Amino acid sequence: MSRPIPFCDFCTPSEQLAHVDPKDLPPLPPPYDKWEEKPWTPLSQTARTEREATLDDTLAVGVPKPKNKQEEDELVAAFLRGLDKLFTSENNWTFLHPLMLSMEHCARCQTCSEACHTFVESGRNEVYRPAFRSEILRRLYHQRRSGGGLLSRWQRGGIELNWTTVSRLLELSYRCNLCRRCAQTCPIGVDNGLISREIRKLFSQELGIAAKEIHEKGSMLQLRVGSSTGMNSLVVKDNLEFIDEDMTTKTGLPVKTPWDVQGADILLMHNAGEILAWPENPGAFGIILDAAGVKWTLSSEAVAYDAINYGLWYDDVQYARVLIKHVQAAAKLGVKKVIMGECGHAHKAMMVIGNRVVPADMAVPVESTLPYIESLVDGGKLKLDPKRNDFAVTLHDPCNVVRLMGIVEPQRRILRKLAPKFREMEPHGVDNYCCGGGSGFAIMSGNNFGEWRTRIASRRKFRQILEAFQDDLDPKHPKYVCAPCSNCKGAIRDVLKYYEAEERVGIHYGGLVELIVNAMTDAKPGFLEFSAA
Amino acid sequence: MVLYLVPFAAAVIFIIAVVVRALKIRSLPIHLRWELYPVAHEKNARYGGSFFEHVDWWKKPRESSMAGELGVMIPEILLLKGVHEHNRSLWWRSFPFHFGLYVLAGFVALLLVGALAMAADVEVGPRAHGLGLVLHWLTLIAGVGGCALLALGSLALLVRRLSDPVLREYSAVADFLNLVLFLAAAGVTLAAWATADRDFFWLRGFFYGVVTFHFESGVPFPPLVVAEIVLGSVLLAYIPLTHMSHFFTKYFMWHDIRWDDKVNEKGGKMDARIKELLGQKVSWSAPHIQGEGKKSWLDVATEEVTKK
Repeated sequence: MSRPIPFCDFCTPSEQLAHVDPKDLPPLPPPYDKWEEKPWTPLSQTARTEREATLDDTLAVGVPKPKNKQEEDELVAAFLRGLDKLFTSENNWTFLHPLMLSMEHCARCQTCSEACHTFVESGRNEVYRPAFRSEILRRLYHQRRSGGGLLSRWQRGGIELNWTTVSRLLELSYRCNLCRRCAQTCPIGVDNGLISREIRKLFSQELGIAAKEIHEKGSMLQLRVGSSTGMNSLVVKDNLEFIDEDMTTKTGLPVKTPWDVQGADILLMHNAGEILAWPENPGAFGIILDAAGVKWTLSSEAVAYDAINYGLWYDDVQYARVLIKHVQAAAKLGVKKVIMGECGHAHKAMMVIGNRVVPADMAVPVESTLPYIESLVDGGKLKLDPKRNDFAVTLHDPCNVVRLMGIVEPQRRILRKLAPKFREMEPHGVDNYCCGGGSGFAIMSGNNFGEWRTRIASRRKFRQILEAFQDDLDPKHPKYVCAPCSNCKGAIRDVLKYYEAEERVGIHYGGLVELIVNAMTDAKPGFLEFSAA
Repeated sequence: MVLYLVPFAAAVIFIIAVVVRALKIRSLPIHLRWELYPVAHEKNARYGGSFFEHVDWWKKPRESSMAGELGVMIPEILLLKGVHEHNRSLWWRSFPFHFGLYVLAGFVALLLVGALAMAADVEVGPRAHGLGLVLHWLTLIAGVGGCALLALGSLALLVRRLSDPVLREYSAVADFLNLVLFLAAAGVTLAAWATADRDFFWLRGFFYGVVTFHFESGVPFPPLVVAEIVLGSVLLAYIPLTHMSHFFTKYFMWHDIRWDDKVNEKGGKMDARIKELLGQKVSWSAPHIQGEGKKSWLDVATEEVTKK
């Protein structure tokens, strides 16, 4: 039986509150059943001395240590101001309703715990229990609301408020992927994922504190330069031109990315990270759309050539700023509809959340790539031969697209048609597990956070992938993890690399459109290259 | 006479607390969409599919199934299906507790019906015939069965909360006392039945006074019957004042959040409301916002981030 972390310990200064012993990590399936887990790469001495690094073995935000007690008190006071604002309609109309209900009605039954991949795969380390951070915020909220009286402590439980509590709560909000699998299991409807997000939001919108990869180098860079990759419009166009040439050579099919076509049938929006990290993905889109005779375009408008919207994970204002730029770019081109490329959070940002941010007269119809590409696969213009995909394929369900949007079957129908050795992960669909990269983790790797993400947050996904391929572990036989989401691919890439899964088991990964191009008979064979095979 | 005031006061508190809480929830501003699939009213809810699975989804008629929602909510409420699936060891404790409460709600309803029947000169009791006999047995089964289930469930939950170190750490004093209160109410009712009121004659007599506004029984109620009436009333008033109000707020959490996939459409009420909300002043203080109560949501969302 787990021993809980007493809430009073959370508030008491100590060198490190929680530690995951690598020996406690649950064993993986073959051929990793004898895998020796290495000790953690320790945080640097600088990180330990200059940053608030007392939660666990890693650091996601790494807020600088206050210089003195007065500075600590000022930060705590700012936190309290943020807490007050979080529960007002004018400052948080966006999520006040679900947040209030989640604050008021948790029975603390812990039914959610076993649904959380991070909690379970950490060896059930108590600090990652999904209700832990929620309970801390809940106690702080009720104490604040009641003036910290005895009645509140009697009814809701107490907690001491000090800088240790506040700084640890900040770090702890970045140990949750916001995948909301826990919320799915709550019999009452409490949403720990939402609470994590709202904690992040409080810190970002009131104190200006957030993980630098998603704020400073993420949404701020996107709004200043045009993309979180740092690419401006000219560089993006230049890179796409290079990708077009490369794809034309590789497939023998002429590809030319169209830019800023007025009145196009579709405006395609990519996560710009694809252009740099997985150029074959935007390349494959171009090949398919051209072969299907679609009148399509990309936008060279700043911000709009990058579909990402990191505000979704931590800040409503940043989220709205990026969303409006995306919508304005689509309206300016007068396209019939926007198609979101293979990026899960961009799907949700533009299609679900955005629906109630932008007044309806400004909105442009937005559709997921998955049903749209299925319509092209079924449309008859693409000549496809499934035998070209004669290798084992499994499908990762990006949380944002599947559990949070209900797009479940189109991608499966494509795979059933084009991948004869397709098999599901278990569980899958809306019950899937996060890749471990959700909520920004895929792009966060400062200090040793990348290692924490790979070894704990992505561990369940790696387990699922291995289980899906247990029938043939021979590295000479290629296997493909189809992950139609950019951040998911990033997390899966890192976990496969960490465990040398390509060399040891022959596991590769990529998107959905790459598999489709690989099956196109008009293209030269071997679009997908499996080096270890 | 005073005894009759207790359940009346409790019922008034119960109704006011439920109405106030429901109105408070209803008055919260519309929130951004935050649905979680499967959404029960969707046509393809069996696998969690949504209208987003269709090309040009905005041109298609939206199909929404009330039967789909009921098909999820009924087993969820009656049988605690979610707990059964995701936390089986708790379900064995939680199910009798909750189901016992439902049965006891039926017990109170049967006592009221019995009292009304008595007011209509229908004899209710073990020696009665027809309706009176049926009411007697149903009341007996619901009362004893409901109390037994509630006592068993609350005791099992209390033991679990005390013995499981995780649950113990997460529980406030009130969580333990709530269970003690349920256990006491069920225990006292069982004791009253076993020792003084085997046919619920006294209790039905009390309800007879309630429905006929005849508040003087002439003969004093046995102490255990008085205790069960007071404890039951306290519970009735207390539940909606606590997090246990989830018995009705669950509707809002599932129907208005988890399954709320309503699309904001041009010219609709929702659109007008969103425009109003965008005009509200923001006071977030972070350097990239600096709302300070002067800028609206629209201002902060559309202002340019300076190029540095």
